[in-house]
Amino acid sequence: MSNTIVKQPEPLIFELSRSGRAATAQYPPAATAEIPAQFRRRSRPALPEVSELQAVRHYTRLSQMNFSIDTQFYPLGSCTMKYNPKACNSLAMLPEFLGRHPLSPASTGQGFMACMFELQEMLKAVTGMAGVSLTPMAGAQGEFTGVAMIRAYHRARGDLARNEIIVPDAAHGTNPATATMCGMKIREIATLPDGDVDLAALDAVLSSATAGIMLTNPCTLGVFERRIVEVERRVHAAGGLLYYDGANLNAILGKVLPGVMGFDVIHMNLHKTFSTPHGGGGPGSGAVGVGKRLLPYLPVPIVGRDGERYRWLDERDLPESIGRLSGFMGNAGVLLRAYVYMRILGADGMERVAEFSTLNANYLMTRLREAGFDAAYPGRRASHEFIITLRRQAHELGVNTMDFAKRLLDYGYHAPTTYFPLLVPECLLIEPTETETREELDGFVDAMTAIRHEAETDAAMVKSAPHTLPVRRLDDVRAAKQLDVAWKPAGA
Amino acid sequence: MSKIPGDLRYTKSHEWLRTLPDGSIEIGISDHAQAALGDLVFVEVPEAGRTLSAGDACAVVESVKAASDVYSPVGGEVIAGNDQLATKPELINADPYGQGWILRMRPTGDRGGAELLDATAYAAEVAAAG
Amino acid sequence: MPYIPHTSEDVRAMLDRIGVKAIDDLFDEIPKALRVDSLPGVPAALSEMEVARLVAMRAATDGRPLNFIGAGAYEHHIPAPVWALTTRGEIYSAYTPYQAEASQGTLQIMYEFQSMIAGLTAMDVSNASLYDGASALAEACLMAVRAHRRSKSARILVPTTVNPTWRRVASVITEGQGLVLEELPYSTDQGTTIPQALARYDGQDITALVIQQPNFFGQLEDVDALSRWARANGTLIIAVVNPVSLALLAPPGEWGDAGADIACGEAQPLGVPLSSGGPYVGFMTTRTEHVRQMPGRIAGRTVDLDGKPGFTLTLQAREQHIRRGKATSNICTNQGLLMTAATIHLALLGPVGLERVASACVARTRELVSALCGIPGVRAAFAGPRFHEAVLLLDRPAAPLLESLAAEGIIGGYDLSRNFPELGPALLICATETRTTEDIATYARALDRLLGRAVAA
Repeated sequence: MSNTIVKQPEPLIFELSRSGRAATAQYPPAATAEIPAQFRRRSRPALPEVSELQAVRHYTRLSQMNFSIDTQFYPLGSCTMKYNPKACNSLAMLPEFLGRHPLSPASTGQGFMACMFELQEMLKAVTGMAGVSLTPMAGAQGEFTGVAMIRAYHRARGDLARNEIIVPDAAHGTNPATATMCGMKIREIATLPDGDVDLAALDAVLSSATAGIMLTNPCTLGVFERRIVEVERRVHAAGGLLYYDGANLNAILGKVLPGVMGFDVIHMNLHKTFSTPHGGGGPGSGAVGVGKRLLPYLPVPIVGRDGERYRWLDERDLPESIGRLSGFMGNAGVLLRAYVYMRILGADGMERVAEFSTLNANYLMTRLREAGFDAAYPGRRASHEFIITLRRQAHELGVNTMDFAKRLLDYGYHAPTTYFPLLVPECLLIEPTETETREELDGFVDAMTAIRHEAETDAAMVKSAPHTLPVRRLDDVRAAKQLDVAWKPAGA
Repeated sequence: MSKIPGDLRYTKSHEWLRTLPDGSIEIGISDHAQAALGDLVFVEVPEAGRTLSAGDACAVVESVKAASDVYSPVGGEVIAGNDQLATKPELINADPYGQGWILRMRPTGDRGGAELLDATAYAAEVAAAG
Repeated sequence: MPYIPHTSEDVRAMLDRIGVKAIDDLFDEIPKALRVDSLPGVPAALSEMEVARLVAMRAATDGRPLNFIGAGAYEHHIPAPVWALTTRGEIYSAYTPYQAEASQGTLQIMYEFQSMIAGLTAMDVSNASLYDGASALAEACLMAVRAHRRSKSARILVPTTVNPTWRRVASVITEGQGLVLEELPYSTDQGTTIPQALARYDGQDITALVIQQPNFFGQLEDVDALSRWARANGTLIIAVVNPVSLALLAPPGEWGDAGADIACGEAQPLGVPLSSGGPYVGFMTTRTEHVRQMPGRIAGRTVDLDGKPGFTLTLQAREQHIRRGKATSNICTNQGLLMTAATIHLALLGPVGLERVASACVARTRELVSALCGIPGVRAAFAGPRFHEAVLLLDRPAAPLLESLAAEGIIGGYDLSRNFPELGPALLICATETRTTEDIATYARALDRLLGRAVAA
């Protein structure tokens, strides 16, 4: 069993600290700051005092307690944990890019802006949209942007009563949370047993109050919404707009354009489809694309081109823009990584993304079914991901999805997404991505099979997994009830 | 099998109601509900004096993995929230129909559309969902 | 095929196993009319070598000019270990620590970050970061409305001396929930909020008052007076602070008599490069009593089955993946990678190093102001103490000057004329510990020459 290197808990950096110890090579020359006493801090903040080597060793050891794409198969459904090419990182970290101040005149940023302009153009092309803004800093902010634009569109038409957003019950939690943030009411609609949206339920909620619908396609159940054309006709006929949650864009990249499906607005998770690093939970990047109707409302700034020169388009160019979402232009460094990725893949490479992520998912689903696991939607093709339900195992063996997930860690695999979507009991949402080899997928099937065998023979061992990681299962209840979220110096 | 005392009324959203001798009512969540949520880590109870309509969200119960609103089955004015729950949310797990009560209110007669079930009907409801 | 490992034999074997003839058959549930065959708007693939050349050329076009802008993004020295460690694959290519046992590294770093930021701001609890400072302010406003149960107005006072872009972002993000952000005037002599301007709000239901220290102009606000007014008026205090400045300046937890209720800001100055504006890292701290109203991920320390200490995400029931439409925010990711950089940066500097950096910033800025104000046609706009930025008034429009300076490789400051027209031609300048005496002299010589030449012409 392959696993992390560091097995023992690592002390807190504060516990390594000794008063008077320092990484002095990092200090600037001493200077006197003339700040009047009334504004001054009275005692030094409780920060650690360690040597440079201590810090390096500490954070290196902490890194070795993590599972990551670089070290493990990480089939976390709905997160697209594919290989993050090293070139994307190293080129985005060229010193000129790192050193560029966001408010520098455009005349000193033509190289950077050329990359951003081309990125906008490529994203338009892969989504079939008329315009793109790169500023949203994460998928959820992209969603917010999209719903805010839908709201602005209806308002501009004087259609003030449209305050309802339709969300399928299979949607990511961010969808309803976003709609609420935008002051919208949520109308949830059911999903049919085969995974498609229930058109009758849709008809029942469409009205003159409908602002729009938020859809992920393929949806979070890992299947393509086959009646998307009917959905599009109905929503548009009712006066609503269609929002495409790009969480699963990897499944259709180069095969279907959201614009062609009739969507009016889309956000893309560049940290999923375009392989920018997840960084332990961010940064993301949630660029948005819009059809013609929503062009005037795009958030600023956007890179524009006058002849051979690039310039920032701002509120003066787009007076109806919903405005700004970040201090500057969003996560520029993430955008550069996505740019490099897209240039290396090219048009051809991007079509292969959908093909091979779908191939891997269908292969893995087939093999798991052959091994005796139950697909949640056995009559359907997998998209780039699929759901296995362990309901039968939970019932027969008393070993649930969380137990399988924790035991997988012992086998050196990051667990798939567990207990999401909420519609399928005891579910694992599995997304292998296109960058995994067949051998890796086979190894995962072997591990699942072995765990089931363990569950049959020694359920208690599986239920108390993991056994080979730096810590065993953690007491979540204690974490929430006896809240300890910051170290405090003794006596504080 | 979860406990469903025969002397209480229930809602389909798993609240229970007890009418106290002075005509006020006590509200909590059922044994089935607490079991489904798991170990509770936080409970938010309403302040005394708050006016509720039938169907209003009046409290929040939170476990590690879930959070649920508690809906007031009837309208009225809150007399008291169970302040003990602030430090001991586990009272709901241990004693959902007793020390784990969530609020007491003086009803105004507003029944809203909420259907109140007796123990038998609620037991059937739980069994059907199970 | 870049990054796709399949051999043709793999593909054949996998298709056989699935029971289809071709990969295209796997897309047979997608209506034919929706399918596209190609992506005409996307250029053909380049090799890594070709892309590296193209991108390096673009970077070289931009060069490395000498920078004197701050305005929300600050150039500091970043110790070499910070990014050497942060870009380790185990950190860089991991995701949100939903499987705590396999993510103890990320979770402990979150906990250390929270501890450091709570310590710096002298507040009880911190989250594990938000997108950036601007969106953190927006989230703080929304949080204040949730936390202040007795206040019904959702009115928030925001001084004009708060970063103007952040104000705009806060209004875009909070608008849908009915918040009303009202501006407070500032003194054009002092460049600080006029505490007396608060008198007209005495006794009114005001949910929160925002105070930025140092403010957008780099000037120091009378945070104690402003905080005392808020406290007396039953108004929550939202502090907006620069974490580097907190090595020297009174932390939000000590403002007025009882401290701020929420502190937030931009942690970019802690180990995150300027990189054209992002990714940066917002932070937020608060009092324990408000922790359930705080958005964003939080790591907590607990124990495992053997009683060994360990870390896990906690208070997740606040978040969108559980609360859906009733979550504290739609926020899903934090800025894990940048948070990691900030944590390592602070570990390397420690309390003394950070104080050295902050003091050098103050000293360099003073040197810069005095060098530039020696030039005819340039004067400082405001008296009073400042941190590492200053406003200069010019005798002619700033934009053309800035273009001329840029042509000489000097980024001379941020033109305030659009956001603060009442000041006349004005420039916001900044010098951190990275600017040497020679850098400052280079800027002063160039500006002197440009101003002289323009007059002569």
